[in-house]
Amino acid sequence: MRKMLRTGFAAIEQPFDRLFGPSLNPLAQLGALGFFFFWIVAISGIYLFIFFDTGIERAYQSVEYLTRDQWYHAGVMRSFHRYASDLMVVMVVVHLLREFANDRYRGVRWFSWFTGLPIIWLLYASGITGYWLVWDRLAQYVALVSSELLDWLPIFGEPIARNFISTGTLTSRFFSLMVFMHVAVPLFLLFIMWVHILRISRPKVNPPRALALLSLAALVAVSIWKPALSQGQADLAKVPAVVGLDWFFLPLYPLTNIWGNGAVWAFLGAFSLMIGLMPWLPPLRRARAAEVDLAHCNGCARCVEDCPYEAIRMVGRTDGMPFPTQAQVNPSLCVSCGICMGACPSSTPFRRSADLKTGIDLPDYSLRELRERVMNVAAGLRGPARVLVLACEHGAAAGRPDGTVVLPCVAMAPPSLIDFILSRDLADAVAVAGCAESACYNRLGIKWTEQRFAGERDPYLRARVPRERLATIWASALAVKKMEAEIAAFATRLATLPPKRLRSPLPASAVSRPTMAREPAELRGDS
Amino acid sequence: MRLLRLAGQFLVIAALFAGVAWLSDRPTYRQIPNGFGVVMLTFVHSADRRGECRRLTPEEIARLPPNMRRVQDCPRVRRPIYVELDVDGRNIYRASLPPTGIAGDGPSRVYQRFVLPAGTYDVDVRMRDKARAEGFDHERHETIDFAANQLFVIDYGPESGEFIFR
Repeated sequence: MRKMLRTGFAAIEQPFDRLFGPSLNPLAQLGALGFFFFWIVAISGIYLFIFFDTGIERAYQSVEYLTRDQWYHAGVMRSFHRYASDLMVVMVVVHLLREFANDRYRGVRWFSWFTGLPIIWLLYASGITGYWLVWDRLAQYVALVSSELLDWLPIFGEPIARNFISTGTLTSRFFSLMVFMHVAVPLFLLFIMWVHILRISRPKVNPPRALALLSLAALVAVSIWKPALSQGQADLAKVPAVVGLDWFFLPLYPLTNIWGNGAVWAFLGAFSLMIGLMPWLPPLRRARAAEVDLAHCNGCARCVEDCPYEAIRMVGRTDGMPFPTQAQVNPSLCVSCGICMGACPSSTPFRRSADLKTGIDLPDYSLRELRERVMNVAAGLRGPARVLVLACEHGAAAGRPDGTVVLPCVAMAPPSLIDFILSRDLADAVAVAGCAESACYNRLGIKWTEQRFAGERDPYLRARVPRERLATIWASALAVKKMEAEIAAFATRLATLPPKRLRSPLPASAVSRPTMAREPAELRGDS
Repeated sequence: MRLLRLAGQFLVIAALFAGVAWLSDRPTYRQIPNGFGVVMLTFVHSADRRGECRRLTPEEIARLPPNMRRVQDCPRVRRPIYVELDVDGRNIYRASLPPTGIAGDGPSRVYQRFVLPAGTYDVDVRMRDKARAEGFDHERHETIDFAANQLFVIDYGPESGEFIFR
């Protein structure tokens, strides 16, 4: 199922990437768009409240007044309120499916996944209470079915649904209560949304301005084209036989008629339980967390800056070295992506020690192992254009049989590794092949890699590295053909280049020469 | 070119939003068939207690804490209510409704919907809420004109002790 979903997302993301570009691709901004639509709903809701009157008769009339007489501002705001709520549901559902498809909910990601569950419940509670306020026929239907659902639970003494079977049983106080609920529940929703992103470093809570403006313009256009309207005043003496349902908020309501209330509750319970337990269901895959080697850590905090999961923090020095701080990894937050290793200035394969060490390393895939794999793969490269591929395990190149070194994330490769490969003539060129640009598995791997290569982010790729011999290819796991075509085109371009001049000042044998003593951080090697 | 691209982006987003707007009230849902209405039998009513109240002796009253002294000791548990509903002489509902509450001292409650075609019906509703094995304590018979989409409610007023048709 996951593979099918991933295929589906990759198929949709590619054309979106082409049209919007990776930075504006709405599919890469689902969480941020969710926040954006929440704010639209909140602001439009406050505006509508100016016109809303809490009373059995007046509630409907006040909504009609703002929709018909004041259509050009309040009516548009009502449509904003309705459609932005629906769009928030769409964003939440697609966001959930995409994270599931990309297997981004296990391990340390359990927190964001798990806190997404109350967001779904609160979002629906917010929307459903809103539909009651209009007090049209749909509101009557929603009120009856909702209260019948609640009455099924053995917690209310008197059936709530009896309030909606005759006019005499319903008072204006009910609308005051619903207004309170419709304000309180979204406030709590916002609080849980904040909790949801607590453990994420640099969470995207605002979409790019261009995308926000485009969305706003589209909302205006749709609100004018199809304004949100009421469906006739509620009449408790009549059954709202035909209603225009909001299929985003109320898809389960018809099922109460078909399955019964108990079965709907059972479905909701099973769904919530499944979502809640998913991060702990097998297969559990967990590599060991990154480890700090204090002998090689000078407390520069670059790993802290680059970690997408806020799994590293700086603490006071404990080993007596003349630095004020040292990095400390929180294993319960670390996903072992290796981005910290790529950020560490001590991570240089040029260092001459046989037991290559760095300031922060992955126990299951160390810098030393990375260097060995690169050298082994490079030894097998043949032909006039020897291209060594550094591939993300979640991208298109992960399955390449030859000439490829696979990493948990391409940002795990320190820029000095590129320098090392080319200066040691291990290959004629290096292709760094990651995930699709708008769907980086580790969120910031592509961004950091590009910034490091462009000299905008520490550690920089040295100026002496010929950029024409370095290619970056961003393609999802399904875009294998695209990736292979780009590598082939890159190899063809190489043939037209003048001979490579970059050479290391050290002899090649230095790489394997055993070290004599422990090296202080950053002081050895030639990178 | 940039403008064209922008227009394309806008059109795609607007088309997606239009789809969402359409689904926000279409397709419509019909919860009862055309030409039908709903008869609803619903009330909340407490039946008699299972046992008789007993008058406490002056000694028993004196033994009680001052703030809890009372003259009678009544059992909490109530009897179930038995109710039947006939339409045109055909029984469509009968149930023994247990009292609510953990101690069984709450009122019995019923909330039942019956979807019927529009027309004229003879409606009979009967209820037993006292300590008797046969017969009924409350009954009402009426011929009603039942319209399509009508919500016809059969309620019970504990104050008047009568069934209410509305």
